[in-house]
Amino acid sequence: MLENTQRPLLSPRAVVLATIIVATALPGALFGGILVLTAATKPVMVETFLRQVVGVDPATWPYTSLVTWASVAVMALILLTFGAVISGMTVWWEMRVSSRMQSRIGYNRAGAAGFLQWIADAVKLLFKEDLIPAEADRMIFRVAPYFVMTGFALTFVALPFGESLIAADLNVGIFYLVSVTALVVVGILLAGWSSNSKWALFGGMRSAAQVVSYEIPAGLAIMVPILMAGTLSMQGIVRAQGPWPWQWFVFTNPAAMGAFLIFFIAQLAEGNRTPFDLPEAESELVAGYLSEYSGFRFALYFLVEFGNLWVMAAITTTLFLGGWQIPGVGPETFAAAKGTGGLPGLGWWGLQVLSMVVMVVKTLVVLNLIVWIRWTLPRIRIDQMMNLCWKYLVPFGFVTFVFTLLWQVLVARAPALSTVTGFLLTGLFLVGVAVFARQVKANIVAAGEHVDLSNW
Amino acid sequence: MSMTFNEYTGGFRKTAVSFWHGLSITMSHLFRRPSTVQYPDRTPQPVRDMLPPRYRGFLEVDTSICTGCQACERACPIACMQITLEKDPTNPKQRLVTQFDIDEAKCMYCGLCVEPCPTGSIQHTREFEASMRNIRNLVFRWADPLKPFPVYKVEKGAEYFPRAPLGALVRAKLDGLRWDARAVEYLPPAPPAPAAATAPPAAPASPAAATAPPAAPAAPSTPESK
Repeated sequence: MLENTQRPLLSPRAVVLATIIVATALPGALFGGILVLTAATKPVMVETFLRQVVGVDPATWPYTSLVTWASVAVMALILLTFGAVISGMTVWWEMRVSSRMQSRIGYNRAGAAGFLQWIADAVKLLFKEDLIPAEADRMIFRVAPYFVMTGFALTFVALPFGESLIAADLNVGIFYLVSVTALVVVGILLAGWSSNSKWALFGGMRSAAQVVSYEIPAGLAIMVPILMAGTLSMQGIVRAQGPWPWQWFVFTNPAAMGAFLIFFIAQLAEGNRTPFDLPEAESELVAGYLSEYSGFRFALYFLVEFGNLWVMAAITTTLFLGGWQIPGVGPETFAAAKGTGGLPGLGWWGLQVLSMVVMVVKTLVVLNLIVWIRWTLPRIRIDQMMNLCWKYLVPFGFVTFVFTLLWQVLVARAPALSTVTGFLLTGLFLVGVAVFARQVKANIVAAGEHVDLSNW
Repeated sequence: MSMTFNEYTGGFRKTAVSFWHGLSITMSHLFRRPSTVQYPDRTPQPVRDMLPPRYRGFLEVDTSICTGCQACERACPIACMQITLEKDPTNPKQRLVTQFDIDEAKCMYCGLCVEPCPTGSIQHTREFEASMRNIRNLVFRWADPLKPFPVYKVEKGAEYFPRAPLGALVRAKLDGLRWDARAVEYLPPAPPAPAAATAPPAAPASPAAATAPPAAPAAPSTPESK
């Protein structure tokens, strides 16, 4: 009955095709770039490449350092782009999931399943006027988003993507991550102060109080995997864990499970995610510290907020969930595939891809957990937020820390203890998942409905 | 603020229970069909047919049973309709309705005009979709000034008046309207230009007359082709 007077630009099939191309090519190209460049920008690899493929002696060839630096620059660009793209895709995914959780449909107009919406949003924001309020502190107001962006972009330096896929495996990796993410709060505080608006100032102050408080339990919880691995390096922490769930830190030590919860909650608070999104509480503070921002600078804040989900999830995966470890593939398999001397063969690259897939899947699972929690819980009050931090998380952070010290002494005496605990806690977790699934089913039945995934 | 031991530990249980139920509820919604109706293009049937029967949409006048009593015009609290009657030059006993305009943009859909209508000629329909680029196009003209319709004579004791199916007339009107049609410019009168308000008070008469829009006064006898 309702005639469509406007003919769509593309046929529905072409829209689906275009969406699939964008949705696979864009992350595919970025992950591919990360795969090749994080592995290839190591000096050893560059020198081997020059010697064997280009046929020059890297020691005497004058452009060796140029090649190294150029590849590092390209890698930095790709990591930054990856952060931006993954942030946009997270926005799309979060909006889809949240709308389903609220019995809505959500994005479905721009591209198939509304996938191209995040591109449209970003382009729109870039074309908006970059307003600066009349009474604002202009210089600080302009600079603040770059602090936030820098704090976010720097984390990718030490984020592992796979067995050899990390921009720089710093020996102080996790310490570095904790310190650069603290840069974000500087930007937020500057934004809140320089806007010269009461909402922005309240938002900035709340954020500072929240992030600084929650760094303490987060730091204490991070100490647990560090104690268990005996290293601060991200790759070292992953290598100290096994591929199977009962070999992950979260299940091998009861205190690590508590530390996982504490760390996860503290990460939510540091990322200003619901239920801790007090700094940008819409109902009270308009948009909090970014109330006065518009256009590109506003886009930067949102890029960081959603890109942080990936960072949070990747750090959690690395510390507690076994990182990129592939079941059945030990370090000796990697060494054998790499061979000695020359450039690694295709088998080694295949293993790298596999390890990257494992890491990405785990990260996405944790990311979904964060999204799920956001659309389930209401925002807590500021006094509850402080109570939770200082009365619950900090003391229990100390408990897990001390318990892990004793636990490591025990495990050194009886190594079987950690395996038994691993099986026990994994089993408990699986039972919990099964009971939870039954509860979900019961909820659907109680509402008089049935499982219906059409129109997803 | 002191806290008893039970209060402190009770927090754990409450947190766990509320997480458990909250997360299971949101998760269960992921597996259900969303309840959203995607207006306008993916509704199972036209929205007007999904509305309740007594929905008050656009007014519709069946001119074949309009008695020209003007009760609706008098009932309208905001004067959104204008009715003009003239004597038929060929038959002095017959009166003609030369103008029956309802400004649907102004109408507040109160239904007061429907109540006094003796024959049920004016009725609310369930039509509501008529966005227009120019708001003047929402003035629905039920009488053609060039071809006025004669008033309906109610027979003694009549209880039933043959009326066109409700909504059919207004739908035909809407189908003939393009959303970006050129606006009619003479009806209803345009609001006075704001320049008149800022005119110096020393000479109020002449600037007001000068700034008044030339086609402002309602002219029912103006031919439709402008």
